[in-house]
Amino acid sequence: MTELKTTAATTLLDIGKIREDFPVLRQKVHGKPLVYLDNAATTQKPLQVINSLTEYYSDYNSNIHRGVHLLSQKATDEYEKVRTRVRKFLNAPKTEEIIFLRGTTEAINLVANSWGRTFLKAGDEIIISEMEHHSNIVPWQLLCEQTGATLKVIPLNDSGELIIEEYKNLLSEKTKLVSVVHASNTLGTENPVKEITTLAHRYNAKVLIDGAQAVQHFKVDIQDIGCDFYAFSGHKLYAPTGIGVLWGKEELLETMPPWQGGGDMILSVTFEKTIYNQIPYKFEAGTPNIADTIALGAAIDYVNSIGIENIARYENELYQYAEEKFLPIEGLTLVGTAAKKSSVFSFKLDDIHPHDVGTIMDLEGIAIRTGHMCTQPVMKRFGVPALSRISLAFYNTKHEIDLAAAAIKKVIEVFS
Amino acid sequence: MNDELKELYQQVILDHNKNPRNFRKIDPATHTSEGLNPLCGDHVYIYLDVHDGIIKDISFQGNGCAISKSSASIMTAELKGKTLEQAEHLFRQFHDMVTGKLDDPEQIEQLGKPAIFLGVRDFPVRVKCASLSWHTMHAALHQKDTAVTTE
Repeated sequence: MTELKTTAATTLLDIGKIREDFPVLRQKVHGKPLVYLDNAATTQKPLQVINSLTEYYSDYNSNIHRGVHLLSQKATDEYEKVRTRVRKFLNAPKTEEIIFLRGTTEAINLVANSWGRTFLKAGDEIIISEMEHHSNIVPWQLLCEQTGATLKVIPLNDSGELIIEEYKNLLSEKTKLVSVVHASNTLGTENPVKEITTLAHRYNAKVLIDGAQAVQHFKVDIQDIGCDFYAFSGHKLYAPTGIGVLWGKEELLETMPPWQGGGDMILSVTFEKTIYNQIPYKFEAGTPNIADTIALGAAIDYVNSIGIENIARYENELYQYAEEKFLPIEGLTLVGTAAKKSSVFSFKLDDIHPHDVGTIMDLEGIAIRTGHMCTQPVMKRFGVPALSRISLAFYNTKHEIDLAAAAIKKVIEVFS
Repeated sequence: MNDELKELYQQVILDHNKNPRNFRKIDPATHTSEGLNPLCGDHVYIYLDVHDGIIKDISFQGNGCAISKSSASIMTAELKGKTLEQAEHLFRQFHDMVTGKLDDPEQIEQLGKPAIFLGVRDFPVRVKCASLSWHTMHAALHQKDTAVTTE
């Protein structure tokens, strides 16, 4: 039965054909075919995305929202169409709730600066978790310093799952915000964000979900989750760097002040009083990243053309295969064994430092991430200075997993 | 193993990684400093006992990759008994060697055991690993209070 399912999932996606869309994958590094397994850091870009950039700059490069001429109109249309595509992609209720920013980090900082500074005061509490990326820790620490609010942390169990009982104990009338990651970049854990949200709402706390490692791997329906804010980065979703999204509930965004002033975010300016523009423009001061926003639209189209459910199924199958191949390697320990996890395989290899693992694997053509993965509290929790991480995308193959397994064995050989 | 790999992970380097020399704390030390490589999490403490301009004792602690650990080990073995002037000179020479500015084989040989890290220059992202302990030692001798980072 499993065999049948495997075949079905594989045949659903023609990986050979998909790989042809990614020019970067065609190269050799150190004389070996590139095996790119650092997808949680950033994903490669398909031709459809690359071409959309060329097309924009070659055919209709122009500033948006401010020109009566044809090119400006075309650029504005293409830019605004992406908002609708993002809304559908996340199943957000309203297009104007989609704010374009540089990435997840900037999205979290916007909420901290605009919502946080307005509504938080001394004695209030913010809950995050032990598995957060530094970008979902530091903005809240800064906010706590500014407002006198306190940061509370949901601990992890040994599998790298949030201890929900502990979370329940942390929640109180003082809780004003819960900000947690949807899927961990280090442990792969997929968090029960719907349950987390429901529990927080009992105390009228707002909920922000960091979707940087989620939207590219499985279907995200923010209305189903019920959260108040959701953030993701384009470059982890096959789009360029420098473009990301914050979605927020309209009624919240309406109450929040702008966090940056400039052009495009105003309706009228006099020295006596400036009237701010409506959402989302209120939060998009200055000329935005037009080209990369349009390319984000192309990336979403590309992902939709393959189907996010197909991607999830295939990547899950690939992950299972990776566990089968890697776990029997003597001296290797998987860190992050949540019951529900996706696409990330972080490991220890005896007492060999991850940096050495990374260099030796690189010489075999295999690109992986080594280090603390911007999650130093996770390193502390599992008692390691750093880890090696293999992270998958749908253009990866079982053959590449085999090559990675052989490279890991080579690392052991060098240090034996 | 290919040649690049053999050059980087030579037996001597692997041996110092496994059995680091002078891996301890000197207490009290006349000079100490802490070094960090945020990229990979390398973290090293260097302790020195300096009297009359001579490094009587030098040691290190911390954790890091094979390159950083063995470089610290080899450095401590090399610098013990050297004068501060000699240490300063070796620091410059080592730095120039791993960054590719020092090519003269004779001068490289004069570095002694640390010359074994010549191959690191072919791995730009690993240069920091080899030089972290040297920078930390240098900071300790110059009594810089803040932690050294390679970033």
